[in-house]
Amino acid sequence: MIRLAACLLILLTSCSPTADVTLPDDAIATKDLQSGSAFLTEETRALQEDDFENPGLLWVERGADLFVDTSASSKSCADCHDEQLKGVAASYPQLDELSAELVNLEKRINLCRARHQDLPELTYESDDLLALTAYVANQSHGAPITVAVTEETRASYEAGEAYFYTPRGQFNLACNQCHNENWGKKLRGDTISQGHGNGFPAYRYEWQSFGSLHRRLHDCDTGVRAEPFTLGSQTYIDLEYYLAVRANGLPVESPAIRR
Amino acid sequence: MAVTVVSLSACENARTDTLIQSSQIQDDALPEPLIDIEGEAKEGEQIFDSRDAGHCVLCHQINGLDVEFQGDVGPELTGVGARLTPGQIRLRIVDYQRVQPGVTMPSYYRIHDLNQVGEEFEGQPVLTAEQIEHLVAFLSDQKG
Ligand code: HEC
Ligand code: HEC
Repeated sequence: MIRLAACLLILLTSCSPTADVTLPDDAIATKDLQSGSAFLTEETRALQEDDFENPGLLWVERGADLFVDTSASSKSCADCHDEQLKGVAASYPQLDELSAELVNLEKRINLCRARHQDLPELTYESDDLLALTAYVANQSHGAPITVAVTEETRASYEAGEAYFYTPRGQFNLACNQCHNENWGKKLRGDTISQGHGNGFPAYRYEWQSFGSLHRRLHDCDTGVRAEPFTLGSQTYIDLEYYLAVRANGLPVESPAIRR
Repeated sequence: MAVTVVSLSACENARTDTLIQSSQIQDDALPEPLIDIEGEAKEGEQIFDSRDAGHCVLCHQINGLDVEFQGDVGPELTGVGARLTPGQIRLRIVDYQRVQPGVTMPSYYRIHDLNQVGEEFEGQPVLTAEQIEHLVAFLSDQKG
């Protein structure tokens, strides 16, 4: 899978013209940006806003417990962070200076475990990693996404953008064809949203559980009958990054509820 | 690893073995049937509706069809048989992208120039020639 990712990255970069961070022609104008919750029913939106009924809050609570947990390590997350994580999630994915790699929240949490807590990585999509991610994301609830592109991260941004615009799978469809060109339209019983990641990790009815943005991306890829990438792969982190820049200004909504 | 090969072909056009030849296309139509059978409208309707077959209702709507929640990403196909000839309908299902690049309508009878195709679908078209002939019969019957 790693080799596949490498090959595909080469493919994507060699296929796409190197663009500036000027937005493409079919990009959604900032004033028209809408979160995925705008395409849900009134009831689902109300459930999402309800601090007792939103099932995603179970993961946030579990994350709060793990955040102060010292049973496996002498240092808990809270020993280093206290209240300082407010607003932080709104600027992820971000460059990790030490490794010079672009990391998302999940990856940052695993880096902290390795570097500061002497703990093993949590498996992507495990309940513990989802819980910690949701807890940290929830500290930024309502904060506008503010993700910048720098010289160091430009290649990641462009790889994510190329993925977004490359048709794939047996159906030969690209992300932009659904989420830029056809948002608001009906795909059978579903209304296609603008495809933003601001609600994730989120509770999805279709999963009957809580899941990461990468799991959602995996579903869109398999929906067009494309070979999906591994959750947590650099390809999906780059795509997550592109989606975040594309959604700049929208509020962080995790833990959202989705269909 | 086979997936990589297919991915690369999107740039390098490695896979050029097309299921239909350019000589079979006349303007925006594919006049000759893909296979020597008489398409049946009833079969076609099943294929149009069913999630396991064409599932065209994902994006299209036909008035009077007994299916809940028909999509509207594509144009309404009520009366399409009065608008388009069977040959035009056939090409739109087979490989519309060939005459209208970038169109959101997937190509249902095509294996060339695809990228990152799921392993279980590789080298196969979405629908069989027979299924497409049934669809052409069904849609050609939609006179409004
Ligand atoms: C054939 C249409 C189609 C394609 C192609 C597609 N998606 Fe989606 N996507 C959907 C539908 C339908 C949903 C569920 C409804 C919604 O939230 O938009 C969805 C949901 C999403 C969501 C969740 C939005 C939310 O608020 O919950 C994200 C993010 C997303 N897609 C990103 C992508 C990306 C990135 C790609 C390409 C790798 C892609 N999609 C390709 C149809 C598509
Ligand atoms: C992902 C969405 C999608 C799916 C699934 C889909 N279509 Fe389409 N279809 C479109 C779009 C979009 C167009 C309009 C293309 C254009 O003219 O710009 C179209 C056009 C057509 C047309 C031409 C209509 C006209 O009035 O010109 C026919 C016929 C058609 N589709 C049949 C089918 C059949 C049969 C299936 C299933 C086997 C199917 N479509 C599945 C999106 C879709």
